[in-house]
Amino acid sequence: MSARESILKRLRERTDGPLQAPESDFTVVTGRGWDTGERIERFERLIGSVHGEVIHATLTDWTAKLAEVLTAKSIRRLALGREHPVPVAARAALLDHEVELVDVDRDIETWKREQFESVDAGLTSTRGGIAETGSLWLWPTPDEPRLISLVPPIHIAILDSETIEDTFFDVIERHGWATEMPTNALLVSGPSKTADIEQTLAYGVHGPRELVVLIRHPQEAT
Amino acid sequence: MTPVKLYPAKPDKVYVFGTCLIDLFYPEAGLDAIRLLEREGIEVIFPDDQTCCGQPAYTSGYHDEARAVAEAQLSLFPEPWPIIVPSGSCGGMMRTHYPQLFAGTPREAEAREVASRIYELTEFLVHVCHVRLEDKGRTEKVAMHTSCSARREMGLAETGPALLAQLGGVELVEQARAAECCGFGGTFAVRHPEVSAAMVEDKTLAIEAAGAEHFVTSDCGCLMNIGGRFEHQKKSLGGEHIASYLWRRTS
Amino acid sequence: MSVQQFTPQAFHRQAHEALGDPQIRANFRRAMDGLMTKRRDVFTDWDLETLRELGANIRLRALAKLPDLLEQLETNCQTNGIRVHWAEDGEAACRIIRELCEARGAKSVIKGKSMVSEEMHLNAHLEAAGIEALESDLGEYLVQLNEQTPSHIIMPAIHLNTDEISEIMHDKTGTERTRDVDYMTAAARAQLRERFMSADVGVSGVNFAVAETGTLCLVENEGNGRMTTTVPPMHIAVTGIEKVVEHLRDVPPLYALLTRSATGQHVTTYFNMISSPRKPGEHDGPEEVHLVLVDNGRSNIYQDDELLDTLRCIRCGACMNHCPVYTRVGGHTYGTTYPGPIGKILMPHMLGLEATKDLPSASSLCGACGEVCPVKIPIPDLLVRLRKEAVGEGRGNVPGAGVKRNRKEVAAWKSWQWLATHPAAWRGSTAVAGKLRGLAPSRVGPWTEYRSAPKLAKTSLHALVKAHRRAKDEGGES
Repeated sequence: MSARESILKRLRERTDGPLQAPESDFTVVTGRGWDTGERIERFERLIGSVHGEVIHATLTDWTAKLAEVLTAKSIRRLALGREHPVPVAARAALLDHEVELVDVDRDIETWKREQFESVDAGLTSTRGGIAETGSLWLWPTPDEPRLISLVPPIHIAILDSETIEDTFFDVIERHGWATEMPTNALLVSGPSKTADIEQTLAYGVHGPRELVVLIRHPQEAT
Repeated sequence: MTPVKLYPAKPDKVYVFGTCLIDLFYPEAGLDAIRLLEREGIEVIFPDDQTCCGQPAYTSGYHDEARAVAEAQLSLFPEPWPIIVPSGSCGGMMRTHYPQLFAGTPREAEAREVASRIYELTEFLVHVCHVRLEDKGRTEKVAMHTSCSARREMGLAETGPALLAQLGGVELVEQARAAECCGFGGTFAVRHPEVSAAMVEDKTLAIEAAGAEHFVTSDCGCLMNIGGRFEHQKKSLGGEHIASYLWRRTS
Repeated sequence: MSVQQFTPQAFHRQAHEALGDPQIRANFRRAMDGLMTKRRDVFTDWDLETLRELGANIRLRALAKLPDLLEQLETNCQTNGIRVHWAEDGEAACRIIRELCEARGAKSVIKGKSMVSEEMHLNAHLEAAGIEALESDLGEYLVQLNEQTPSHIIMPAIHLNTDEISEIMHDKTGTERTRDVDYMTAAARAQLRERFMSADVGVSGVNFAVAETGTLCLVENEGNGRMTTTVPPMHIAVTGIEKVVEHLRDVPPLYALLTRSATGQHVTTYFNMISSPRKPGEHDGPEEVHLVLVDNGRSNIYQDDELLDTLRCIRCGACMNHCPVYTRVGGHTYGTTYPGPIGKILMPHMLGLEATKDLPSASSLCGACGEVCPVKIPIPDLLVRLRKEAVGEGRGNVPGAGVKRNRKEVAAWKSWQWLATHPAAWRGSTAVAGKLRGLAPSRVGPWTEYRSAPKLAKTSLHALVKAHRRAKDEGGES
């Protein structure tokens, strides 16, 4: 008998007999009832508490704000996609900026060392945010692959304020994740950190040491 | 933690189960518990044939022996009166573990019924007697150590302090890590003496550091452990069972 | 590389040594105090009892359907392109992983944190086959540099302080001696980045494996888990068979409980959900993903209604953080992969009660572990159950059952039983004991090393009550 068969057999022929599966009530992880303002406030407070930096912008001025971030943080090489409206708009707006735009729609094997050693920041879109925990959710794509939110020392994420929802449970349920999981789904809540040296927090241990979330509001920034 | 109990009105009579530690080492505490209950106008019945709840064998894994001893206690409480136990540890054994110990045996129903009538002393004084205490003692800083069984198994972290709070002369000081175990744990103290010693050492240091002049506890195991550590070090800081302390200050 | 050896058989000696080491004592006390405070604070705005109830309920449901869910997980993983392997024990799991490495000609493995891989001693196995296995979680990396094993399941290097870590890094990697944590972190980052780029295989654990979608969930703060599962061309995830959950919606409550219980965090930096290898057109991620399902005693635990609760565990470590014994002796003292309360109820199943006979008794049954367990495992009850098995009064469902039964101890409990079931004799003996109290030894075993001996009362409560009754009947007060 294979290991698989004998393990399953032992589980199926349980000494104390079959088990009853209880029903679950998920009320405690949903139904927060926050309005947009509360969600944004909570998102910012939570992600701020773990060292995430939030910048407010509007749909019209966000690329200017992005350019300011690049200048302020001396970002010379920015990795970003080419197809998603976020990188498309960013590329257009940054034409005259001195930053060098680095294409990411290349197989990692062809530019591993370059991405690890000579990219200053990665820019990505996000699918949404989670107010309860101050989290971003990302489904990386061929246009915006997995590593650009991880390898460069700074991750700049663009988040639309109306895509912030209350809880992780709400996001999974409302967007039907269970029927269409991508290769990699990701929650990001702050920059990479560790407390493995005597409980002292240090940022950027393996991933980015800075996370900048640029929140785009439909009207004027709140 | 046990669910919140629905407490009955104050009865005319109660049983007292004195526990073996009190019987052997701290009998005054048992008598003081009886006096406190009698002062509330309750007639106390002390079944003469009581011995031990069976916990020492139970926690050591000797469940056949524990069940035999527990079984001998089951028939001591035939009338529907509450059973008052001046110990969270023995109370927890009788309330929580009797039903488990007798599960699937002919006396399961009886064990459940007895378990449903078990009250720890401070719980009973607070929630059933709604006792009002008048302090006659001197001003004193006191630390309370609530036993782990009272705190977690019976959910009674508040009743001891609530009684002490009624004593005008008592300033209740809270030691650091008040909820942490003192290291007694029955046979644990014998099987793992060094670990147990490290725990009681920290507990006595915390009680001293809180500025306590005296400590009280609702369990004689903890009293034996913490008090024994203070005495071993020839410290003047002493302790007593909460029943004795309450009786001494209010009679 | 030889690793510092601790064994469960030497619990007493190891406890003695740890208790006598002020550095170990201080490191653990400080760390555990901090973790307890953080956990308490992070749950203040939650209905914690309801959330724990849900967590327990989700785990119980998963266990109730375990064989079906494992098959569903396997089917969905394979549909997604993840290859699934089954291992009866740690040795078999090691072999599967080694063969997968060898098939690719792999020489170096980078590892994300995985307690199951510790449980099966994967690193030693790979090294014996000439494959280098390097830990990338900072704590694991430090522990590996120091030729030790983790002392905590969430914070592997919690037994070391900053100065000790500085010394280890200086010795093994040539960094400057410093107390600057940012400097040491940056140095480790640089050292490990090279290894992420060059590793042939990434090996990770799994926090939750979702049956309905064939998804592997990994919880982390550092990003090494994402690196391990994204950069090398092959990713091998290894997990115990109990880690499966039924639905994707079962994940948020467990994740909420896990991070808050473990480190008092609202959320970790990354929650990484992997459902397939790199698809055509995608530019990163491994070409091959494998999942190794390890039994290693779990299906035996599964047989027994009471012991089953052990398998609810989501490996948060809160039971350790709140354990007064763990806090004082530290993780290595237990000599087992999983230390602390969860180790005491899990390791006897993996190693047998003979090797672990001092573990179930090393608890005062204070209940702090059960009180904080996010999935409400009745740890104290399970400790009592294992004690019962050890003395041969259980169901014999644990390897080594009955190993602690000895005639002397049984005779002692039988005498106690006789006395406590013969009330007249009991009363007589308590009265005699009181009269002979002057003859009682002032030193009784280990107790009196640290405490004064308890003194037998002159008069038993039975006798006091009798006198009290008499006085009352005569109209006075005693």
